[in-house]
This record gives sequence, C-alpha cells and structure tokens, in this order.
Amino acid sequence: MTDGPVVLGIETSCDETGVGIVRGSTLLANVIASSMDEHARYGGVVPEVAARAHLEAMNPTLEAALAEAGLGLDEIDAIAVTSGPGLSGALMVGVGAAKALAVATGKPLYAVNHLVGHVGADVLDDDALEYPTIALLVSGGHTSLLLVRDLVGDVELLGETIDDAAGEAFDKVARVLGLPYPGGPQIDRVAKDGDPKAIHFPRGLMQAKDLEKHRYDFSFSGLKTAVARWVERTSDAGEEVPVADVAASFREAVVDVLLTKAFRACADFGIPRLLLGGGVVANARVRQVAAERAEAAGVTLRIPPLSLCTDNGAMIAALGAQLIAAGHAPSGLGFGADSTLPVTEIQVDEGGRAD
Amino acid sequence: MLLAIDTSAGTSVALVEGDLVLAERATEDTMRHAEVIGEMILGVLADAGVSPSSLDSVVAGMGPGPFTGLRVGIAAARAFALGIGAPIIPAVSHDAVAFDAWSAGIRGPLLVVTDARRREVYWSTYELGDEGPARAEGPALCAPGDLPPHSDGQRIDAVQVSAGSLARAERQNRGRGIQEQFSEPLYLRSPDVTMPGARKRVSQ
Ligand SMILES: [Zn+2]
Repeated sequence: MTDGPVVLGIETSCDETGVGIVRGSTLLANVIASSMDEHARYGGVVPEVAARAHLEAMNPTLEAALAEAGLGLDEIDAIAVTSGPGLSGALMVGVGAAKALAVATGKPLYAVNHLVGHVGADVLDDDALEYPTIALLVSGGHTSLLLVRDLVGDVELLGETIDDAAGEAFDKVARVLGLPYPGGPQIDRVAKDGDPKAIHFPRGLMQAKDLEKHRYDFSFSGLKTAVARWVERTSDAGEEVPVADVAASFREAVVDVLLTKAFRACADFGIPRLLLGGGVVANARVRQVAAERAEAAGVTLRIPPLSLCTDNGAMIAALGAQLIAAGHAPSGLGFGADSTLPVTEIQVDEGGRAD
Repeated sequence: MLLAIDTSAGTSVALVEGDLVLAERATEDTMRHAEVIGEMILGVLADAGVSPSSLDSVVAGMGPGPFTGLRVGIAAARAFALGIGAPIIPAVSHDAVAFDAWSAGIRGPLLVVTDARRREVYWSTYELGDEGPARAEGPALCAPGDLPPHSDGQRIDAVQVSAGSLARAERQNRGRGIQEQFSEPLYLRSPDVTMPGARKRVSQ
C-alpha cells in the first residue's frame, strides 16, 4: 500500500527516544536514540536519566526522521504520540513535544497506547496481520499477553506479569552470573554453549492451582530467586558455577512459560495466530521455540523485524495511521502521560476538547 | 513576535511583541504541566489572534525548577520552534521574577528563591539598577538555611514564573548586552541514582 495518511509518531515511554514516519502502512523512517549505555552502569533503567536523555534527543531525532523520510513537516498529515503506559517523566517529554509540534504545525494529534503500538508495528509488514490474533509483548518494561480482535477498536488484556517484567529477570540473572547489563543478549550469548535441561528451574504460575486465577499471567520473581539461590549454593560448596548451563536453563524456563501461556491462549480462544513484540524477541531461543511450537500447533507466527519490535516511533505512527483510516477523531490537547494506561484504551482522549 | 514558555514552577505561556505582552495564560498547578501545555499554547495564539507562522522565535525558561515539569516546557518550546522553523532562545527562569520586582519599582539587592523539592531551594541574587536587574550570583541550589545573607535587600519566594516577564527580561538583557551562552536545562542536581553495590545473597 502506497497511499494513506502520512503520520509522524513519537515514542518516549522507556529508554528509547523514537520518531517514525509512515504513509498508511508503508514505513518511511524509523529513527531511535537510545540511552541504554547511560543506564548500563546502574544495572537498569534510571527514570531521571532516561527523561533527561529524551529531552536531549527529541529535536535531533525528529529532524533525523524527517530527513530519513525525505519529507518536510508540511508534508505530514498527523502526529501520534505515546501517552502510556511507561515511565511518566519520560512519557511527559514526548507528550509536551508532540502537543507543541501539533499546535505549531496545525496538524491533528493522536495520543495512543504503547502496548497496542507494539501490535501496530506488524501492519508495516508486507502481509498485513489478520485479526483476531493473540499478541505476546515482552520487554524490560512489560510482559503482556493480549487478545487483539481489532487493532483500533478491541484489544483485551489476557494476562501480564504480576512482579518483574521478563526483560528485568534477564537483567537480574545476568547480574547474579557476573554478566553486564543489559542481560538479555548476555544470557543469550553464554547460553549458546549450555545445556537447557541441566537444571530444572521453577516455572512461575504454571501449576494446576494457578490455572484459573492466573491462567495467562506471568511471574518471574520466584525464578530469579531460585537461580540466585542455586548459584550461591553451588559456589558455597566450593564448586565452579556452570555459567553456560545456568544461563541456558534459566532462559529455557522463561521461554517455556512465555510460550506455553501464549499458545494456550491461541488454543483456548481458537485463534491460530500469534504475534510477538518487544525487545525480548531479539532472544534467539524465544524465536526458535516459538517457531517450533507454532509449527506443531498449526499457528501462524508473526515476528516484526527487530527494529520494529523494540520500542520505536514507527509503531506509534503506524497505529495512528490505522486510527485515522478507521475514521477516529484526533485526541484533544488535554491528555497527559499515563504510566498505567490500560491496554483497552487504544487511543486516549478521542475528540477531546481542543480549544 | 515570539512565544515564551516557562514550566519551572507552574505553567506559563505568553505571546510577546517587543516589550508588550499580547496574551498570557498561567496556572500555579505544579502537577499538570503535560496536560495543560498544548491548550495553553493554542490559547494564547487564539487570544492574540495570531497564527504560529507569524512568530519569529521561542523563548524557553530553562529553570532551575523541579525536573519533570521543567522538561515539559523545554520539550514543548523546542518542538514548537522546530515546527515553525524558528530559533529557540534559552532564558534563566529566575530572571523573570527579578524583572517583575524591577518593574514594580524595587531597586537594590534582591534574592530570588524557588522550590527545589527535597528540602532544598533554588536561588539567584540580583542587583536591581535603574537600567534593569543584573544577576550577581546563581542560579544555585542549597538548603533553605544556607541561603546567602540578604539583610540589606529584598527576598522574593516565587511560586510562579511569568513567561511574559521572562521574554521581556530576556529582551532587556539582550538590549543591555547581558547574554549568556547556554542551551541545556539548569538542573543543578545530578540524577538521583544509587550505584549498585555488592549483590545481596538470597539464601542465608
Ligand atoms: Zn515497549
């Protein structure tokens, strides 16, 4: 598709300043400035450090995206921005910039949901996503299982983590193993030479008693503690910690829980489609096991390219373009940053007072 | 004609032509910068009946002020300037308070104090002469008990910073050749982070 509204999307919910531009479902630009390196020495995302970096990166990222798309601001039809969920101080930088840019250029503004944006990234792929679909979104900030009946009209939260996000668990276990931040790629790297069956770590919320109340929820806190305890016991006994086996076994437990619940949702709802999104999708084992299980279960698996899986502005622009195509009115100018915005709120403040 | 934005205390937005404030909107609410900023910019444009394209620069209050709110105004000012293709002019927020005092006829030494949260304050000292205020020291950060002595002058504890006054102060400073080169927010405090110490054991 080469027509449709040209939308500029702004994303600042965590540690990536993202600006993307789409025309309908065609990607024109996707520029990301990450402050990840600044967080590395703290072992996790520091909200104030992230917010400062967003403010510094905002205008340069906007300019870079326009240059990449080869467009001037006058050629943009609308602006979309992440209203939440995310870190509120970080979100506010994007919201403040987006509102001022909308007023300065006279363009309509769409305030959208970050998590639904992750799903929206898939419309930029050549074969458009079919609905309904199950979507598993996993990153350092969120672990959510969604039932998406209609991208712009009907998204339901089936389950989410009740403690740590999966990405956080990777960071914490990496630390236990003396590996640097961010933990995901590090665990992935050392796990290559490990035996995923060497140690059986507990799977959170997977017992029969959890099947009702937490059927689609996740918990990684117990797993993280179990790994730490196992490592301590081993080194207390004067034995060398088999880092590769621990990493592989831990990763296997995370992947197993994530995908078991995702495919369970596919089966429960009779929906043979699963979309993966979020930074943890970069994990090779997640993709591999997902592909195997999808094949076995007859489920169509969709994984957008990595640059559209991690937080980015293009997915926000894509969702904005879909909202416009579906006839949604712009958001008013009165919305704020909502750190706990529920996934059912795909667009915030639609048709809000704008005078 | 220029747009001025300051969110170092509450939120204040103004349209200023020369020394004349054409329109100004403000709230002392220190919790809703992100919510109100768009409507307030649109509001002053409507009040003055001007379009964004007729503006030729944007003045941004760079603080000091509580970070989260301060950033909303700076992000908005920068994005607005980008949107209309105009330059951004950074200004020290306390200068607006000193300018207001000067306009009200106050002369001599002045201490401007604003809330920095966490039991600290931001402060600047000024000498208010007939030509206008000149900042002597600051902006700086300290505990309320450590403020510089000001027994010989006035002290103003400001809860609002006027964007209109900020633009007028900036104009006056420029006219007097008082110009500072800076472009980044005046945080005056490092991010509150604790370096990870030795990892704690989970088992006894
Ligand atoms: Zn995300």
